[in-house]
Amino acid sequence: MPSLQTTAELEELREQIRAARDPSKPCIAVCGGAACDGLDSAAVAAAFAAEIAAQGVAAKVDFRITGCHGYCNKGPNVLVGPGDVCYFEVKPEDVPEVVASAAKGEVVDRLVYRDPATGEKAVHMSEVPFYKHQMRILIGDIPRIDPTRIADYLAVGGYSALAKALSQMTSDQVLQEVKKANLRGRGGGGFPAGLKWETTKNAPEKTKYVIVNGHEGESGAFMDRAMLTGNPHRVLEGLIIGAYAIGAQQGYIYTRHDSPSMARHITAALEQAKELGLLGKNILGSGFDFDVELHFDVGIFVSGESSALMRSIEGNTPEPRPKYIRTSVSGIWDKPSNLNNVETWANVPEIINRGADWFTSIGSEKSKGTKLVSLSGHVVNSGVVEVPMGTPLRTIVFDIGGGVPEGRAPKAIHFGGAMGGSIPISMIDAPLDFDGMAKLGAPIGAGGLLVMDEDTDMIEMARYLLDFLVKESCGKCTPCREGMYQMLKILTNIIEGKGRKFDLERLADLTEVTSLGSLCALGKTSSDPLKSMLRYFKPEFEARIAAGSAAGSEAK
Amino acid sequence: MSDITLHIDGKEATVPAGTTVLKAAQKIGVSIPTLCHHPKLEDYGGCRLCLVEVESRGRTNYVVSCLYPAETGLVVRTRSEKVDKVRRLIIEELMARAPDAPELVRLAYEYGADRNRFEKEASFCVLCGLCVRYCAEVKQKHAVGFIENGHVREISFIPEIAAKECWDCQECFAICPTSYAQAAYFLTEALAFPGQRKKESAPIGVEGDRMANIPAVPITFVKRPPASERELAG
Amino acid sequence: MIDGIIEKYRGKPGALIHALTEIQHENRWLPREIMQKVADALEVPFSQAMQIASFYKTFSLTPKGRHEVHVCTGMTCHLRGAAKLMAKLEEITGLKPGETDTQAKFTLEAGSCLGSCSIGPELIVDGKHYGRMTPERAADVLKQYE
Repeated sequence: MPSLQTTAELEELREQIRAARDPSKPCIAVCGGAACDGLDSAAVAAAFAAEIAAQGVAAKVDFRITGCHGYCNKGPNVLVGPGDVCYFEVKPEDVPEVVASAAKGEVVDRLVYRDPATGEKAVHMSEVPFYKHQMRILIGDIPRIDPTRIADYLAVGGYSALAKALSQMTSDQVLQEVKKANLRGRGGGGFPAGLKWETTKNAPEKTKYVIVNGHEGESGAFMDRAMLTGNPHRVLEGLIIGAYAIGAQQGYIYTRHDSPSMARHITAALEQAKELGLLGKNILGSGFDFDVELHFDVGIFVSGESSALMRSIEGNTPEPRPKYIRTSVSGIWDKPSNLNNVETWANVPEIINRGADWFTSIGSEKSKGTKLVSLSGHVVNSGVVEVPMGTPLRTIVFDIGGGVPEGRAPKAIHFGGAMGGSIPISMIDAPLDFDGMAKLGAPIGAGGLLVMDEDTDMIEMARYLLDFLVKESCGKCTPCREGMYQMLKILTNIIEGKGRKFDLERLADLTEVTSLGSLCALGKTSSDPLKSMLRYFKPEFEARIAAGSAAGSEAK
Repeated sequence: MSDITLHIDGKEATVPAGTTVLKAAQKIGVSIPTLCHHPKLEDYGGCRLCLVEVESRGRTNYVVSCLYPAETGLVVRTRSEKVDKVRRLIIEELMARAPDAPELVRLAYEYGADRNRFEKEASFCVLCGLCVRYCAEVKQKHAVGFIENGHVREISFIPEIAAKECWDCQECFAICPTSYAQAAYFLTEALAFPGQRKKESAPIGVEGDRMANIPAVPITFVKRPPASERELAG
Repeated sequence: MIDGIIEKYRGKPGALIHALTEIQHENRWLPREIMQKVADALEVPFSQAMQIASFYKTFSLTPKGRHEVHVCTGMTCHLRGAAKLMAKLEEITGLKPGETDTQAKFTLEAGSCLGSCSIGPELIVDGKHYGRMTPERAADVLKQYE
């Protein structure tokens, strides 16, 4: 495809691509996301490719391998269009029948969703309970595109927001629109993106950078990887629009080193975007120059922290800097650098296309738009979910998640991985949002929601989370390095029945001081899970300590 | 650049822009405890002992004074309930490593810290980084560095460089608050290059020698009873 | 191969992590002599190279085995019994996480959250995911590897 010189040429290309596609033609999409891949969807995809050739129906049935469809525990997932027929747990043996029926517009009954209680069927995506309650603005396109083919992204309207921004809006207007939309950071901070952009834009230095934080170290969060693997162009488009608004010339996508397919898809996206002239010099004839580099982490959690990440891009150890040296003013190589999470960038194109007013019509008063949630743990349906902000947790856990398996009762919900917190199930009607959940002691973080059942040992969970962070601490500052380790030792002692009466007092002091005195967010939030366990589940601690000293004195 | 006026413990300080709160305090004679700070080295912000309460634009924050830049109208409190608590805990945490370090003992006396509050750690290095930073920034030899991360972080002398440089220098020994640096050097020498130190010469003192500046401490400094007695008291 | 990598980054101290990553990938570990060469070529102090190599856990300062056996110990997998799975792997291989056996066949690692939480607990060998893994089936998985 030749390089596009103007937005008009982009629209022409889009029309050409669409004209060459027949929307009523059957299309089989196999999910190649992380979980489905782990359930060997690659074998299913290979079987489809072979079968379509064998039956000679390549002209009658389209086939593509996509990113994550979202219903991870039901994989391998297959979506057949038109009509979005969902097939679950598809095996290579099922493939011939699926191909034959797709060509005829029929449905393979035994592969569709069945309600576990009533046995009732749900054939189409809009009827399947898991999907029905979602609002899939960000991830809805993923099953419809092959992430390694930019033409697919163009066909679903991709890069129209970029064209609009470059040809119809000034950089200030783009920034104002994002500010008006009150898009808040989706990586865990919840800080208004528009304000951050503005600080970077107003910084006196001419060289500016924009960064996609795709590190996703939060345990139990896998939606950023799903987004980057399934629709990297969406994120890239948001990044280019943001760079235009801010006045940045260079962008970095920083992500994990351990997913080969994600690396391939992002690399392909960058290459194809560059080839079409959507990256590089004079993008779409606007006079705006912008390039993007892909960087990988080397396997340490703290490099997901924004200032540490920037050190890592520079090639240095990822030691974080104090937050009052704002990276929007002094970031990579001390130049103004605007860092945002994958999901934050992915929201930008639709805000530009449909406007800030549309965005603010979704969500709650202070938390606008939708949120990607990685739903997992002791829950029947688990995967990547997208709901409007303000959705009650009950809807996510029960209506979408299907509740706890084997009829057990849920006990707690945990957000934010090792830097978040747990709330008891009695609070399940709380709405999903930034501020309310933070007040309850379970800030939503990146959106990893973990359901814990009645047999879960909350002290052990607190100990486990501290153990994780202890290994990830950089070791520079005393409160994090020593404080966390001492907390871990005390919790381990409590679990082993060696807890002592003044342990709770020491834990309270340690949690307070680690929050106040640590250098970076890792140390500062490291005691948050423990704080929430102590807030809501203190009797468990007291009972364990009492039982321990009782056993101890019996032993004497 | 113009001067800045701020308030520290109710006293006014006027300093050039870019000065840290710690320097401003030192200028007007307000003392803030430090451990990893050294006048010859870039400020590190690692030990967190110099934490202070700052109030600006109606918001209160807790920051390390060795790094935080003075601002016009900043109100600084070098002592408060929270500040003292953080310092006390830091001292207690570091004394789990080096309970006998003279500076920590003196600080424990001042802040009511209990040297036995936390389970002891095997290493008596407090990871202040002074030796590493001094060797890198002042001597520019990089004979000693950090390895590993988190609570298993340690300093490590590079035998090839240490064999050539350390015996004639020894300057980091005097600035180490716990004497761990010299212990680590001697252990490295014994294991990696025994009998190969360059020449016999007396250790050289250095400006800011910590040992010379520590006042004598009364023997009965422990204010809190040891942990075992507290345990019995319930 | 390694010399080629070093030459590519000669005189670029900022590329230390990139250089070490490529050498680790190529050589499966970072011997001290090579660390020295890298430090000299890239003009960084040896102590800094050692700090980075010991800080980041993807680098190995000791030789690794032919096969990397990875048990996900992320939060969801933990909730679903990763600890029992790890205990079983420790028993089968005789290793603790981070260790390599004397035949340099297996290296056992604990890692967190590889993003397939819905099919946890997970065992990953040489990048291949084995989802919904139970301690009983772990031995059979390892038998496939020479």
